[in-house]
Amino acid sequence: MGTPPERPVPDDASPDQSASEIERSTVDSSRSATEPDAARLARTGPAADEATFGVERHGMFGPMGSGDTSGYSGLVRPPWTAPAAERPYGSYFDDVVDALTVAYPGTSEAITRVVVDRGELTLHVAREHLIGVMTALRNDESLRFELCSSVSGVDYLGTTNRLHAVYHMTSMTYRRRIRVEVAVTVEDPHIPSITALYPTADWQERETYDMFGIVFDGHPALTRILMPDDWDGFPQRKDYPLGGVPVQYKGATIPPPDERRYYK
Amino acid sequence: MTDSYAPSRETTEGRVYNLSGGDWDQVLAGHTVGEERMVLNMGPQHPSTHGVLRLVLELEGETVTDARVVIGYLHTGIEKNTEYRTWTQGVTFLTRADYLSPFFNETAYCLGVERLLGVEIPERAKLIRILMMEINRLSSHWVWLATGGMELGALTAMTNGFRARERCLDIFELVTGLRMNHAYVRPGGVAQDLPAGADEKIREWVKEMRQELHGVDKLLTGQTIWVNRLKDVGWIGVEGCIALGITGPILRAAGLPWDLRKTQPYLGYETFDFEVPTDDRGDCWSRYVVRVAEMWESLKIVEQVLDRLEPGPTMIDDPKIAWPAKLSLGPDGMGNSLEHVQHIMATSMESLIHHFKLVTEGFRVPPGQTYQAIESPRGELGAHVVSDGGTRPYRVHFREPSFINLQGTATMSIGGMVADVIASVASIDPVMGGCDR
Repeated sequence: MGTPPERPVPDDASPDQSASEIERSTVDSSRSATEPDAARLARTGPAADEATFGVERHGMFGPMGSGDTSGYSGLVRPPWTAPAAERPYGSYFDDVVDALTVAYPGTSEAITRVVVDRGELTLHVAREHLIGVMTALRNDESLRFELCSSVSGVDYLGTTNRLHAVYHMTSMTYRRRIRVEVAVTVEDPHIPSITALYPTADWQERETYDMFGIVFDGHPALTRILMPDDWDGFPQRKDYPLGGVPVQYKGATIPPPDERRYYK
Repeated sequence: MTDSYAPSRETTEGRVYNLSGGDWDQVLAGHTVGEERMVLNMGPQHPSTHGVLRLVLELEGETVTDARVVIGYLHTGIEKNTEYRTWTQGVTFLTRADYLSPFFNETAYCLGVERLLGVEIPERAKLIRILMMEINRLSSHWVWLATGGMELGALTAMTNGFRARERCLDIFELVTGLRMNHAYVRPGGVAQDLPAGADEKIREWVKEMRQELHGVDKLLTGQTIWVNRLKDVGWIGVEGCIALGITGPILRAAGLPWDLRKTQPYLGYETFDFEVPTDDRGDCWSRYVVRVAEMWESLKIVEQVLDRLEPGPTMIDDPKIAWPAKLSLGPDGMGNSLEHVQHIMATSMESLIHHFKLVTEGFRVPPGQTYQAIESPRGELGAHVVSDGGTRPYRVHFREPSFINLQGTATMSIGGMVADVIASVASIDPVMGGCDR
């Protein structure tokens, strides 16, 4: 189990492939399922692409066929890339992208990647175009994403543009949801603020700044909101430790949670 | 004897002090701002601010000219902590976020994890989740009524509200073993089935709740002080709500029937017969009316769930995800049942392996991200769950309605009286545990 139902099994899957190989090939159908992991790694490099993160893994109890018997899965970790979607995207996603292309002329440069995964549409947008895209999403009659449900961040440590601001947009008129993502580097973590378009983003951008250090240019008062004002560092970044002290239990010393050995 | 703050000199009438220092020069020179300008700090420890919420009010006499909200006093790093636990353990943290609606936190997160896994849970587990969430909606609204009433001086509303909420907590205790912080909803289903006799107990509870709700009508709905404290106070319209992202009863009280149980159903809510109460005033009174009407509707859903419940599994039939043991009550509390321990220790090596792997290692979730929104008592509760393919969540973010809705405080308060700030904040019904996470 573990494969979401929407993913189609490609037609070229030969019958002699093992079940795990077919399962893997459904995740990234652009790639040959028989290509060895090492060759693929050499071609793409581990987690260099901004859209690459995490590890490709299937089955519930560790990797299969890797020779890693430690149980901690530390030996072989091929990177996972969210597959770029191809037309037709399905559902209402084609309508949304088409309407956006009409409403915002720069859409072709603005959208760097379209991902359809688990029945959800993600538009990766270049930050210079964010305001234009958001304005079109809000104002255009055939889009009408009136509600900016959520603004948050994710830190994909190890990738080039590791800081992602993630916007979940809701169209109350059409009852649709899409996700807009903007990725920036830690050295230049600037993204234009959308508070002028969606006042609800005010506190949410402050929280994202507080936790990830993403600077939203044009925000009326970008200060910390959950952490104390004089706090150093951005706690939700992946290289920021959880903290904690070792505890003693029946004579043994248990390290804090982020220093314990765990199953990857 | 000299005093640097109040130098004195001896005169024939006795000792005379000269007061100086501080801001007396400015005070004596006259005001540069309004006649009666005052900056008032309320909280974070204040009986009327719903927990550790801090308000900084700028007043002109009794009129509020500016209102700032300061939050973060209850930030406990729940989202960060989940990244260091297994997917199942994540529930234990998230149930503590909005501590008045734990089942909603658990369900939103579990729906996200299940969508990432691509699994479907058994029908009975869905119904039990709906059952617990709707009972939880009542208990949460009771606390809103109790604390809101107390803050406005209606102490009987407080005692009655908490009395009714205790009855809800009794049902929680019966089903989950705990009154708060249940961790009852798990990825794949729920932790355990309803106990024997739950059906009758819950039906009895529904009757009691109807009586309590009639009591609310008798006590408050026609009560002059209650009406005058709430009507035309803390107004916010539909446009304001959507711009500020405010959802839930506040949006419905402004007139828009937006309820995710109807508009974007999950868990099969579309098959239930219930109304979405709305009102058109957009003030604190409307929010009172809408919330009380919602409690009646939730009771309807609870009864329908009880009618539909069929015997069956409450956890997904997948030994790689489902916790293998049936839990049972032993002399030292809830734990793995004796039969299960005998089974894995004496008869089945494979069961032992599964148990060991699931408990120590947890299950893996295929990489990807999802956003799952549900209608909590306070509005849209969204769980943004990201997996990197490992045994721990890569990132969990909660779109907390308390956090978002509190942004409406200034809009509701400015231009009104300082006493109405209390009514406005109470009508937002923020829970700081959820707001600060």
